[in-house]
Amino acid sequence: MTEEILIAGFGGQGVLSMGKIMAYSGVMEDMEVSWMPSYGPEMRGGTANVIVILSSDRISSPIVRHFDTAIILNQQSLDKFESAIKPGGVLIYDGNGITRHPERKDITIFRVDASEEAAKMNMSKVFNMIVLGGFMKVRPIIKNESVIKGLKKSLPVRYHNMIPVNEQALLRGEEIIYEVRKAE
Amino acid sequence: MKKELRLMKGNEAIAEAAIRAGTDGYFGYPITPQSEILEYLMEANPYETTGMVVLQAESEVAAINMVYGGAACGKKVMTSSSSPGISLKQEGISYIAGAELPCLIVNVARGGPGLGTIQPAQSDYFQSVKGGGHGDYHLIVLAPASVQEMADFVELGFDLAFKYRNPVLILSDGAIGQMMEKVYLNPPKPRSSEILEWATTGKPTTRERNIITSLDLDPNGQENFNLKLQAKYENIRKNEVRYEEFQCDDAQYLLVAYGTSARVCQKSVQIAREQGLKVGLLRPITLFPFPSERISELSDRVRGILSVEMSAGQMVEDVQLSVGCKVPVKHFGRMGGIVTTPDEVVDFLKLNIIGG
Repeated sequence: MTEEILIAGFGGQGVLSMGKIMAYSGVMEDMEVSWMPSYGPEMRGGTANVIVILSSDRISSPIVRHFDTAIILNQQSLDKFESAIKPGGVLIYDGNGITRHPERKDITIFRVDASEEAAKMNMSKVFNMIVLGGFMKVRPIIKNESVIKGLKKSLPVRYHNMIPVNEQALLRGEEIIYEVRKAE
Repeated sequence: MKKELRLMKGNEAIAEAAIRAGTDGYFGYPITPQSEILEYLMEANPYETTGMVVLQAESEVAAINMVYGGAACGKKVMTSSSSPGISLKQEGISYIAGAELPCLIVNVARGGPGLGTIQPAQSDYFQSVKGGGHGDYHLIVLAPASVQEMADFVELGFDLAFKYRNPVLILSDGAIGQMMEKVYLNPPKPRSSEILEWATTGKPTTRERNIITSLDLDPNGQENFNLKLQAKYENIRKNEVRYEEFQCDDAQYLLVAYGTSARVCQKSVQIAREQGLKVGLLRPITLFPFPSERISELSDRVRGILSVEMSAGQMVEDVQLSVGCKVPVKHFGRMGGIVTTPDEVVDFLKLNIIGG
């Protein structure tokens, strides 16, 4: 099993940290993992993206241009990466601010309106965990408990009181994600 | 003791491995994409635990000369930078090589020339293996292809540096520096308290004074010293060549690539094999000494060789020197901070080596 995942959005949306949590969760499940960020100006706002690979085997190239799953969180990233998803692959996107929706017919498209949900929960900081919850529902590669274990390991103890909120966000993401269109 | 599993960036792995290897001193100056090395060390503050000095110098030139001083005292010292900063250090590196001192230098390379870009590149190959500074000298050059090797090569680098009294360069790039992977870390070693016999730490009454210099104005003396250096490099060529092979046994076509490009090419080998093409990969782990002999052996069995680097073609010259005219040798690579993709390599191979 090898899953090549792209996460792309605005800097500050938690794109890189969502990837990190995925990678940590993969480590908890004894998988091979790689996390390859775009670095540089992206860190100061603008667009950010990260490639996460989870695999049962040794990972060859940490940098790929075609993805099994793309998690897209803004219009620029959708325009740039919609064509980079492998035929039969999965696109997950947040509809917030999207004016041109995905058009491809040969991929399965899911929508998770995490920005809206995070605003409703009055917890804008768990936005990325809602998205992650959605991903875990439709691509069950990593388990919920591994995410929590990974958070416990990677977060300083003083932030451990935030874990229940994150767990709640994951579950909410699982609930609100829905299929827009199946691959033809 | 058991190795500790961590998920780390390549840069962080170098920093943590340096503390665990019992390094005496790190002297650096920040530059993207390697600043995490200095940042990690500053935060870890190993002075409190192992007594390791971590110092942000006023410039790259100062940092390499602090390394020169520490190395002259027989201490385990290191510096790190990225391409433009490594260029600044070249004078000091030449002096350290000329003074036959051990040290570890890390280049997390980015695209050039000049300030270039902060994205990964492999265009510092010539600088790393052919000199860089002035004079007839070589560094021992290690090329990690994973976060694990970023950690492992710190200790290996120091071992080789002290074994040969020669500076060792870890030539990495922004992709491996910035990427996170699993890494198994060695248990920490204490710093050594041994005073090396050649170290300039003060003259006791029991021996002559130690002198460390790269200067000898007598031409005969200087030539003899150069002959001694060349004999050392020959010895290194004989004993320290390291490489890794992927599916070379039945290969009809051979890729040669190091570092990030070698990771990309592992995937190219998979893709090519799925298409029924017998492609293998040789990954040089040491760039100096270069695995010339092994490449020459393999060239007797393959129909063509493709050297893949994120440069305009630098290592390809060493591949050609290894192979002679036995089979066609070509270069493929992207520049300016663009990482070559596995498919591009396969397409180029099919068009220019297999079809050509």
